[in-house]
Amino acid sequence: MSAISKRFPGVVALDRVDFGVATGEIVGLVGENGAGKSTLMKILTGIHRADSGEISIAGVPVAMHGPADAARHGIGIIHQELEVIDTVDVAGNVFLGREAHWAGPLRLLDHRRMESETERQLARIGAQVSPRTVVGRLSTAQKQFVAIARALSMNARLLVLDEPTASLGSSEAGRLFAVLLELRKAGTAIVYISHRLREIEALADRAVVLRDGRNAGALQRGELTRDRLVQLMVGRAIDSGPSRPVRPNVAAGDASAAVARLQVDRVRTGRYPAVEVSLTVNRGEVLGVAGLIGAGRSELAEAICGVGTRVSGRVLLDGEPLAIGSPRDAIGAGICLVPEDRRGRGVIGAMSLRENITLPALGAHARLGLVKRASEAGAAAAIATTLTVKASSIEVAAATLSGGNQQKVVLGKWLALQPRVIIFDEPTQGVDVGAKAEIHRLIRQLADRGAAVMMISSDLDEIVAESDRVAVMHEGRITGVLDRSACTPESIMLLAVA
Amino acid sequence: MSRKEIGVFLLLVALCAIVAAASPQFLSAANLQNVGRLVGTYGIFSIGVGIVIITGGIDLSVGSICALLGVLLSMMLVEWGWPAPVALAAVVALGGGLGAAHGLLVARLRLQPFIVTLCGLLLYRGAARYVAGDSTKGFGTGEGFEWARALASGSVAGVPMPFVVMCVVAFLAWVLLHRSVYGRHLFAIGHNAEAARYSGVDTRAVIAWAYVLSGILAAVSAILIAFYTNSISPASHGNFYELYAIAAAVVGGCSLRGGEGSVLGIVMGAALLQVLRNLVNLLDIPGSLDFAVMGAVILIGAIADQLFGRRLRRGAG
Repeated sequence: MSAISKRFPGVVALDRVDFGVATGEIVGLVGENGAGKSTLMKILTGIHRADSGEISIAGVPVAMHGPADAARHGIGIIHQELEVIDTVDVAGNVFLGREAHWAGPLRLLDHRRMESETERQLARIGAQVSPRTVVGRLSTAQKQFVAIARALSMNARLLVLDEPTASLGSSEAGRLFAVLLELRKAGTAIVYISHRLREIEALADRAVVLRDGRNAGALQRGELTRDRLVQLMVGRAIDSGPSRPVRPNVAAGDASAAVARLQVDRVRTGRYPAVEVSLTVNRGEVLGVAGLIGAGRSELAEAICGVGTRVSGRVLLDGEPLAIGSPRDAIGAGICLVPEDRRGRGVIGAMSLRENITLPALGAHARLGLVKRASEAGAAAAIATTLTVKASSIEVAAATLSGGNQQKVVLGKWLALQPRVIIFDEPTQGVDVGAKAEIHRLIRQLADRGAAVMMISSDLDEIVAESDRVAVMHEGRITGVLDRSACTPESIMLLAVA
Repeated sequence: MSRKEIGVFLLLVALCAIVAAASPQFLSAANLQNVGRLVGTYGIFSIGVGIVIITGGIDLSVGSICALLGVLLSMMLVEWGWPAPVALAAVVALGGGLGAAHGLLVARLRLQPFIVTLCGLLLYRGAARYVAGDSTKGFGTGEGFEWARALASGSVAGVPMPFVVMCVVAFLAWVLLHRSVYGRHLFAIGHNAEAARYSGVDTRAVIAWAYVLSGILAAVSAILIAFYTNSISPASHGNFYELYAIAAAVVGGCSLRGGEGSVLGIVMGAALLQVLRNLVNLLDIPGSLDFAVMGAVILIGAIADQLFGRRLRRGAG
């Protein structure tokens, strides 16, 4: 692939990226969240089309108009979210969309042929799975093998694996590596995307690093170390971020119960039930929570706010343990969440700005259960003005607003409640630059008024610039808490990768 | 009125004009009273089902509830000699109770509304036939509860009582849906239940109450219909009423995906269906075509709405 560029509305996802892989080579593809790895692979496999640039196979330029083209050229991809159908058996999944059938107008399925071929591919990668097992009953690792068998049965000459070990145990990961090395020996070209830099170190013949949609560098086998990779991923000289005076009411690292507003005490989430997480957020403090996608940050936030599963552990507010079983309980206690999925969970697109903003606090504008419309409209208008929401009126549907303005509406829901704790999950994702600065200002304002703020973000610059302290998570656990002075993109990234 | 409501209103007016032109009998006092009585009784349970549909659910049980409660009402008054106020209160409470059972199964156990209320449809029909010994029930001469029967067959200044009752119910429902906190939460859940939950709305309670309301309104209709017909055969009484209600709600602008609809629209939808039935009667169309005519007109309406609506959206965009 050479000089691949791709623009999405508002962002340049890829800017003249070159990428190549030879037969019998394993190339590690590395980069922060949003660096462009997935987009590049989606272009390679025909899911997206590049705006410019060229894809060639064995020196011959090819056009990728869709996944079917990619499959025809022998490119197989195994996505992070395994695309297998749980209710169908293994053989059915391996042959999904290209089922073997008998001749004749009825095109009856040829189960025997599909099962024997599936068995052959599974044996090749040493997976102990029967082709007739329903996939829903398999472990994640076994599903992974089903996906690989599917790619192999299509005679993939190039195999792309996106975070294949994210849900595998170490022995299962070891098996997968053996399979990949086997395939490499057989001449298959392999692209291996992972945040686990140890795996890249161990496995890759070469690593290509992307940063902000550009080639940030490549490392050959001999020079491939974790430190070098992190340097290229972050790609900045070490600095302490924009300087901001250290505020006196937040003694750095002071986590004693006396000033702690929110205490998370040995909480285990449904996603990582074996890991206990403890942290504290003080009054007037912004605690940044950094980590890679899948590190368990959102799950932690959801467990605190009563949305997700809290397997065990306690949440304390101002030293008092809380019984939170639903978002309603959390909001009642003064803990509010600005969720990552803005359209699905933040706003109700079909309802007006006014109705969205007053939804959690409508009781305050009602008598005997009937809404006092003037009071409601006045409060909503005041909040919309405070937040500088750009809309022609508070009666327009929330869905018509830009991402940044929608995010302000979500924030507006909570402002009237004067939250004691407010948790932001990716507050500025998909938000334009101007609105981003305003949202940052509002976050700081909430903290200044005494709220304890938790800010989950995958944007390292945002984390470094906006946080008083930073907690870094990796695979469900907190791998470190950095004071403001120790907080650099590199120090965070080193804690965020294995 | 919203665009949808105006659409239904125009359709209703056009239909009335056509029927009136074709058959002068349509505008006779007796016919209008008759249609008004039916609009009233059907409108009441249609509003209940409409509330459930706004949450994104469905209530298929109202027809069978009508049969079961009708049979019980007759037995309470005629066979067991209960005082009329007690019997009416018991019927309404029973309706609310059945609705509460549906609501809890849907909101707490997360069963699918279609399945819960389909089982209700079968269960209550069976229960009605069993309780009544499969024999037709009535109220005889109705001594001692004439006032209660007047609710169904009487009229106020020429307006049939069921229509008056429906107007009261519709007004209360309008306040509840379009002016109260509960109503706001109802629509929020219908549009996006996740976002509503994240905003602290007690989604389970709101949904459960929608089924309770549907049950209560089905009970109110059941009382009116039982008194009006004065002959409740448990195997057929109330058959297809759930479909009338769903049709009325959908014609009136409710989306089966939830979040959309209005009381005014539902009432006009219910009226439209009754005018259509009246049309079949008055225009000497064979009565067996009754359902076919309704189906055809609703389908044409839906197609027109889709085409017209799409052009409107394109025009706006």
